[in-house]
Amino acid sequence: MASGAQGAKGTLYRGREGMWSWVAQRVTGVLLFFFLFAHVLDTALVRVSPHTYNQVIGTYKNPVVNLLEVGLVGAVMFHAFNGLRIIAVDFWSKGPKYQRQLLWVVVGLWAVLMLGFLEPMMQHTFHEWFGW
Amino acid sequence: MSTHVSLEPPRTGNPGRSQRYRSRKGPGKVTRGNFELYSWLFMRASGVLLVFLVLGHLFIMMVTDGGVEKIGFAFVAGRWASPWWQFWDLMQLWLAMIHGTNGMRTVINDYADKDRTRAILKGLLYTAAVLTVALGTLVIFTFDPSIKG
Ligand code: HEM
Repeated sequence: MASGAQGAKGTLYRGREGMWSWVAQRVTGVLLFFFLFAHVLDTALVRVSPHTYNQVIGTYKNPVVNLLEVGLVGAVMFHAFNGLRIIAVDFWSKGPKYQRQLLWVVVGLWAVLMLGFLEPMMQHTFHEWFGW
Repeated sequence: MSTHVSLEPPRTGNPGRSQRYRSRKGPGKVTRGNFELYSWLFMRASGVLLVFLVLGHLFIMMVTDGGVEKIGFAFVAGRWASPWWQFWDLMQLWLAMIHGTNGMRTVINDYADKDRTRAILKGLLYTAAVLTVALGTLVIFTFDPSIKG
C-alpha cells in the first residue's frame, strides 16, 4: 500500500465506480446474450403451433420465473443506460469529467423505470402471493 | 501491492491475419488494419439504435395494453400482421445479435489464454450466432397466423 501511485483514496480506477460499472456492463452483456439466444428459440415455437407457444410462454407466469424476468429487465435497463454513459464518456468533451455523476444519473433512471415496470410485469405474481 | 508489470499486448484483433496488413508507413511496419476501430464504433452506433428498439420492445410487451398478461400467439399474430413491427423485430434481432456476438468476442479474447481454447470458443460463438439469426429471420418472414393446433 506504500506505492507512490496510490494516495489515501486508492487508485483512480481500481475498486471505484468506473471499475464496477465496467464489471456490471460485462456481466449484464453476457447475460443478455444468452437470454437473447433462448428468447429467439422460444419465439420460434410460433412456427410449431399456437398451443405449444402459449404453453411455453405460460411458464413466465410462474412467480419464480417472473422474478427472474424482472431481474433480466433490470439487467437490460442497466446495460442500456450505462451503455449510453460509455458513449457520452467517449464522444462528449465533458464526458470523462462527469463520468461519476453520469453513473448516478444511470442509477436514478434505472430505479424510476424499474418502479414503473414492476406492477404491469408482476401483476400475476402479486395476485398469487397477496391476492391484489 | 504487486509490482509485476505485464507487457503482453491485448489479444483483440488477430495477430496471424493482421500480418497481411502492411503499413504504408514503411517496410517492416505491421498494422492491424482498422477492424478493431470499426468494431468499437459499431458497438456504440448499434447501442444507440438498440436503446430505442429494445426499450420500446419491453415497453410494448410489458407495460402497454394490460401488461404481460396479453402476450400469447394471438398477440404475436396481431403484431406481425404489420410490416412495421416485422421490420422492427428484424432490426432488433440482427443488431442485438451482432452487437452481442462482438461483445462476447471481446470477453473471450480477454479470458481465454490458450490459442486453441480461444479458437474453439469463438467457433462455437459464431456458429450459434449465425444459426440464431437465421432461425429468427425465418420465423419473422414465414410466420403463419392460421397455423393449426
Ligand atoms: C439496449 C441498448 C444497448 C446499449 C446502449 C449497449 C451499449 C454497449 C456498449 C457501449 C458497450 C461497450 C462496448 C465497448 O466497450 O467497446 C457494450 C458492450 C456489450 N454489450 Fe451492449 N448495449 C445494448 C444492448 C445489448 C444487448 C441486447 C446485448 C446482448 C445481446 C448486449 C451485449 C453486450 C456485450 C456482450 C458487451 C461486451 C461487454 C464487455 O466487453 O465487457 N448489449 N454494450
